[in-house]
Amino acid sequence: MELTATTTIRKPAAEVYAFWLRLENLPMFMAHLEEVRSTGDRTSHWKASAPFGSAIEWDAEVIEEVPDELVAWRSSADADVPNTGRVRLVPAPDGVSTEVHVLLSYDIPGGDLGKAVAEYFGEEPHQQLDDDLRRLKQVMEIGEVMRSEGAPWGKRARKEFPQRPAQPLPPDELAQEART
Amino acid sequence: MKATTWAGRNKVEVRDVPDPSILNSRDAIVRITSTAICGSDLHLLDGYVPTMQDGDVMGHEFMGEVVEVGPGVEAGRLRVGDRVVVPFPIACGVCAACAAELYSCCENSNPNAGVAEKMFGHPTAGIFGYSHLTGGFAGGQAEYARVPFADFGPLKVDGDLSDEQVLFLSDILPTGYMGAQMCDIRPTDVVAVWGAGPVGQLAMDSARLLGAAQVIAIDREPYRLRMAEDAGHTTVDFSEVDIRSALLELTGGRGPDKCIDAVGLEATHGSAHIHVYDRIKQAVRAETDRPHALRQAILACRNGGVVSVIGVYTGLVDKFPAGAWMNRSLTLRTGQCHVQRYMKPLLKRIERRELDPTRIITHTLPLDEAPHGYNIFKRKRDNCEKIVLKP
Ligand SMILES: NC(=O)c1ccc[n+]([C@@H]2O[C@H](COP(=O)([O-])OP(=O)(O)OC[C@H]3O[C@@H](n4cnc5c(N)ncnc54)[C@H](O)[C@@H]3O)[C@@H](O)[C@H]2O)c1
Ligand SMILES: [Zn+2]
Ligand SMILES: [Zn+2]
Repeated sequence: MELTATTTIRKPAAEVYAFWLRLENLPMFMAHLEEVRSTGDRTSHWKASAPFGSAIEWDAEVIEEVPDELVAWRSSADADVPNTGRVRLVPAPDGVSTEVHVLLSYDIPGGDLGKAVAEYFGEEPHQQLDDDLRRLKQVMEIGEVMRSEGAPWGKRARKEFPQRPAQPLPPDELAQEART
Repeated sequence: MKATTWAGRNKVEVRDVPDPSILNSRDAIVRITSTAICGSDLHLLDGYVPTMQDGDVMGHEFMGEVVEVGPGVEAGRLRVGDRVVVPFPIACGVCAACAAELYSCCENSNPNAGVAEKMFGHPTAGIFGYSHLTGGFAGGQAEYARVPFADFGPLKVDGDLSDEQVLFLSDILPTGYMGAQMCDIRPTDVVAVWGAGPVGQLAMDSARLLGAAQVIAIDREPYRLRMAEDAGHTTVDFSEVDIRSALLELTGGRGPDKCIDAVGLEATHGSAHIHVYDRIKQAVRAETDRPHALRQAILACRNGGVVSVIGVYTGLVDKFPAGAWMNRSLTLRTGQCHVQRYMKPLLKRIERRELDPTRIITHTLPLDEAPHGYNIFKRKRDNCEKIVLKP
């Protein structure tokens, strides 16, 4: 399965590039990732978040880097869900912003894991990546993921419609919100 | 705390809800001293804005005192104790839309942008107390509210101005002003304003301030027309006369140079059969909005004129007079108000007594009486024009 999405971020390409190159940053805005840890110069270890299949972890390596223009990575061949990613940066016509073009591809396996992954992406798979990029834009432009009373969960606010009411959170929900 | 909540179509209730808390670093918590009911709230009450949920806190026109600030708010910008008026669109101040002063189109403030995008093609900003489509933010008809981007949006007001003098800087004064400003008014212009509700009244005052030769108020509520007349505007009751003929008569057959729609999607029509057509289509959801005022404004406007739309539309309209618009070189301009753009200059105008928005306040009620307030405002009872609630 191939997913593409794009957004424009009001930051210079160098800044966006530096952010992506640190793949550890990805879980800040990508809902299906729990953690990405650097394990070497070009290698990293990735952990999925629960809805994507909580038991899956894999290694990845950066396979292409063109400063301020491109980063591409690929999971190791033995990953449960083999995947690759590629981010291309293009200066926007306004002279201050950067267009971010993302391509992710997944080899969805059979069995329960394949089902969980398919379910995660749902009927509109690109929607997940669109939302990821919206959060990336928030993180880069305002420094954090935007929260409301109706949608207080940051990146975990997936497909939760109807949401909780647009009403302040009671202490127990607030404590839970702080953990996510 | 106490808060006015949406409890289903045609029902609001004042309920006990938790006190708000800081959710993002640039948030502040404001203790509300005055808040108002808006025509936009009636669209929510009547169920014409999708994605409202039981328990949503209503209200987007409010002001008060800052009682807490998040860690990302610099003390130089906002402190505990500051008295602020809060603009209804939630805007980050740093995205491309904000840089272009299109604050109601802020690209970062709506956590439900994906839903808004499905409905509108592109997403729009977060708005307080105005459905989950605009973010699911708790509103300000309450004792306290959480205000995101508190270091950017809220306008500090100190000194001698009363709450009543500055409260409407949160929405309807900038909205009315933007409606007039979008008309590019020239000294020879006759400006017609559909709707003598609070927004329409302030659009009329703004049109005069911006130099219009004559301002015509159109409505069917005698007390609202009287209010416009008392403020010096010409009035037309659309339930008594054919609106197009009346406007031609008033303009020597030319039509108004500039037309402002301050009615929006719940317009009524003087002619019963057309109204029934749109009511039925709206009831079965084949058409979401009843665009009578918009149609009339387009048909009445002088060739080459501007139709400025500040009345709210949420979905689809039927029988849009595209031929009149296109062939007669009309310009259509619109938007949810970019309030942050207008707050400071309009505060100056209030201080210089060029505008007096207090003239439209007919009722001041305790927050507990919000349901009664909604009822009389919606049904035009008790000569109700604008209600200020005191938490
Ligand atoms: N663009 C914005 O940012 C913005 C901000 C605030 C309010 N609004 C919108 O402005 C509109 C007016 O708000 P309000 O608070 O004055 O509401 P309101 O409901 O008090 O006023 C609407 C008035 O329009 C009159 N009306 C109905 N049908 C008409 C017709 N065919 N011709 C002429 N008049 C007609 C009604 O009698 C009423 O007096 C609403 O749609 C509201 O949502 C927009
Ligand atoms: Zn309003
Ligand atoms: Zn913004």
